[in-house]
Amino acid sequence: MYDLDWEPFLVSFKLAFYTTSILFVLCVPFAWYLSQSKSKIKPVLEALTALPIVLPPTVIGFYILFALSVNSPIGIFFEETFGIKLVFNFTSLVIASCFYSLPFMVQPLQAAIQNMPKSLIEASYICGKNNFQTIWYVILPNIKPAVVTAVVTTFAHTIGEFGVVLMVGGSIPGETKVASIAIYEFVELLDYESAHIYSFIMLAISFSVLFCVYYFNYQQRAKHD
Amino acid sequence: MIKLQIKKMLAGSSGQMNLDIKLHIKQGEFVALTGVSGSGKTTFLRILAGLEKIDEGKISVNETLWVDTSKNKKMLLPQKRNIGYLFQDYALFPNMTVLKNLTFAKNDKQFALTLLEMVGLEELKDSMPEKLSGGQKQRVALCRAMMSRPKILLLDEPLSALDLDMRKKLQEDIKVFHEQFHITTIMVSHDPSEIYKLSSRVILLDQGKVTKDACAKEVLLKTSGSQKFSFEGELLEIYQADILNIAVVSIANQLVKVVLDSSQAKELQVGDIVTISTKAFAPTISKK
Repeated sequence: MYDLDWEPFLVSFKLAFYTTSILFVLCVPFAWYLSQSKSKIKPVLEALTALPIVLPPTVIGFYILFALSVNSPIGIFFEETFGIKLVFNFTSLVIASCFYSLPFMVQPLQAAIQNMPKSLIEASYICGKNNFQTIWYVILPNIKPAVVTAVVTTFAHTIGEFGVVLMVGGSIPGETKVASIAIYEFVELLDYESAHIYSFIMLAISFSVLFCVYYFNYQQRAKHD
Repeated sequence: MIKLQIKKMLAGSSGQMNLDIKLHIKQGEFVALTGVSGSGKTTFLRILAGLEKIDEGKISVNETLWVDTSKNKKMLLPQKRNIGYLFQDYALFPNMTVLKNLTFAKNDKQFALTLLEMVGLEELKDSMPEKLSGGQKQRVALCRAMMSRPKILLLDEPLSALDLDMRKKLQEDIKVFHEQFHITTIMVSHDPSEIYKLSSRVILLDQGKVTKDACAKEVLLKTSGSQKFSFEGELLEIYQADILNIAVVSIANQLVKVVLDSSQAKELQVGDIVTISTKAFAPTISKK
């Protein structure tokens, strides 16, 4: 029986969980701001948000590595104040993933909020509710399919990370060695059996996750028709 | 008492327009706001609700300043104005039951049930909005607008999407609420009979300005002088039958034929808005 080391998968899931949680908390207000804003900097923010879709992950990884390294102002600050290094550890992976997966969280939320009838938001204001209450009680419950899409695709996309992780994380077992890196290393070592098993597990998980999202949205839509 | 003097540049379909309105509205009045589409009626309502900013001016309600552009652009948020607002598309929250829609505005279940009972919908309190008909939705929305016991109720063409029977029912409900709660009501409407039935004062807007401000009879009845009756309509066709010129005019979805003399036939064009009136005889009225 093949002795499977589950650790890389656990690291992948832990990373995806942290990244998704952090991004959800930050992106709901941000998507709200983008959807309501008529400011001139809105296109700039939108372009910046979409950048990770276009840029090679190595480029994002390189800049993050550069920004967080022990020689950079941010790196020096964290090293001197908290005594922690920001690169080649799990923290750096989470920071990098948050940038890498940002558009997958922001864009579905922003589009859904923009598509909501404006009168619902205004009715909530007239009912005396502030922005936070409006988002929590009126907007989020009415854009559930978009919330599910955003959360799950962010999670799945983070699991699928490779280039960024390679740049800022290295491959420290149990810390930064995620499943995609493990597969890469198996291939490098010509261990095709392990590569096959790991790859198949990734494939199965990814398909199941995406299937669940589409099935949920399909059911939501069927309920309304 | 609402006192306001407002100015706002609007970019409408027919170019730029200056909304420029000065009004006093007494406590408890029922004001109907009418005029062709694009005359600024809805914008006026939205400004009162705090959903839209003005360029210049002042709004005060019962001696409290709501908006004053001269004082640091002071603008009271919609949340703080305690108004009721009825949207054209009802704007019920789809994720909440009928009762929850009401208690969302103010957590007072007893009052919510009282209101629902007044409009005859207490049995639907646990239904979701998507299960309701248009008329039921708008009645729920009306109840929601009353939840915070507002001093001012703003209605933006609330009945335009409903059929005749439902309109009548809702007109009744609006009237009952208006009288029972002594609420100052401002309603945008295109329907003369609705305006006539409900309002004590009619304001006619044209290109952002008040062109008429009087009681319903004075604004709406088209007769003048010794005319017995008078209708406005659109000229659809002019044709010749033997030596006569005949005009076909559409008046409130009904077509009538009128004989024209030859000079009129030359003057008028298809598409013109014309007045048809008669003085010579007493019109007869009979039940259909």
